[in-house]
Amino acid sequence: MKLILNTLTLFAVLASPVASAVEYRTVLPAQSAIGFDYSQMGVSIKGGFKRFVAQLVFDPVKPEGARAQIDIDLASIDAGSSEADEESAGRLWFNRSVYPRAQFVSSQIRPLGNNRYEMRGTLTLKGRSRELVVPVTFSQGKTAATFDGSFILKRLDFGIGEGMWADVATVANEVQVTFRIVATGK
Amino acid sequence: MNTVLRYSPPAVVLHWLIALLIFVTFPLGVYMHELPLSPDKLKLYSYHKWIGITILMLASLRVMWRVTHTPPPLPDDMVRWQRLASQAVHGLLYVLILAIPLSGWLMSSAKGFQTVWFGVLPLPDLIGKDKALGDLLAEVHEILNFTLLALVILHVGAAFKHHFFERQPFMQRMGLGKEER
Repeated sequence: MKLILNTLTLFAVLASPVASAVEYRTVLPAQSAIGFDYSQMGVSIKGGFKRFVAQLVFDPVKPEGARAQIDIDLASIDAGSSEADEESAGRLWFNRSVYPRAQFVSSQIRPLGNNRYEMRGTLTLKGRSRELVVPVTFSQGKTAATFDGSFILKRLDFGIGEGMWADVATVANEVQVTFRIVATGK
Repeated sequence: MNTVLRYSPPAVVLHWLIALLIFVTFPLGVYMHELPLSPDKLKLYSYHKWIGITILMLASLRVMWRVTHTPPPLPDDMVRWQRLASQAVHGLLYVLILAIPLSGWLMSSAKGFQTVWFGVLPLPDLIGKDKALGDLLAEVHEILNFTLLALVILHVGAAFKHHFFERQPFMQRMGLGKEER
């Protein structure tokens, strides 16, 4: 009986497209990106962060054991214009001299099927930590795998844009964050 | 008394609407430009852009109307240089009321800020985001505007001169009042 089960397991593993069971753990920064999109006076403005360190361990066969951590250098922001870049460093926005980095640490990754996952974790920004639930799509390429995700961040949850900037009619509270992390198995 | 020759009512209405909007949005542009970044600055920029696009629409109508309708002739006794100057200034004014909002629209696109008219109608970005081009278009927008200011001073000065000093009923040409004969 045990032999049959083992054979079946072996067969299942061999038949699965991820039979090689690569564990993705080396992030390729040049192919990875973190961007955001926010609305200012009803006009969509695109931005992003150029420097960040992403670490991850992901085995498609054992997604429960996956971990991810992203550290973002807030000074690398592109907020849509040089004026906005400068403004974002200030006390009312990121207060970057006190909080130069943002950090996300995953706590749980749950498969939703069809190469989709739900990643839970904690985002710490401007000294405030909030739980996030982020949908992630996994796609396996020949040499690397891509993790794409997108979620809505409410900037006021983290005190991003205080005082006069708390007016969400001018700069919307909702910021669409998108990321793409590309990693190889070596 | 001379017969008052007048521009047609659509031309008159468009002239004054455009003039009014320019008198609002020109100083607004000069003022907002120097402000430190704030929500108010972002609002003023939007208002300026919305007014500018409104001018572009009205100016397009105005120019189409002008092309298809003959304006009232200038007084017979007007000297030649004044006729030429009048034609040149009017021609340039028509060009500028189109070119200035257009340059602002393009500048916005180049600077990465799409124009959404009254927050409702998104205008296409005719050019992509390009910082150097954005800075160049900002200069173009400014130069065109100060050219407009100089021409408006000439235009208003000439109308006043003909009307008050030469006692020709010149301002009735663009008058909003009832036709007097």
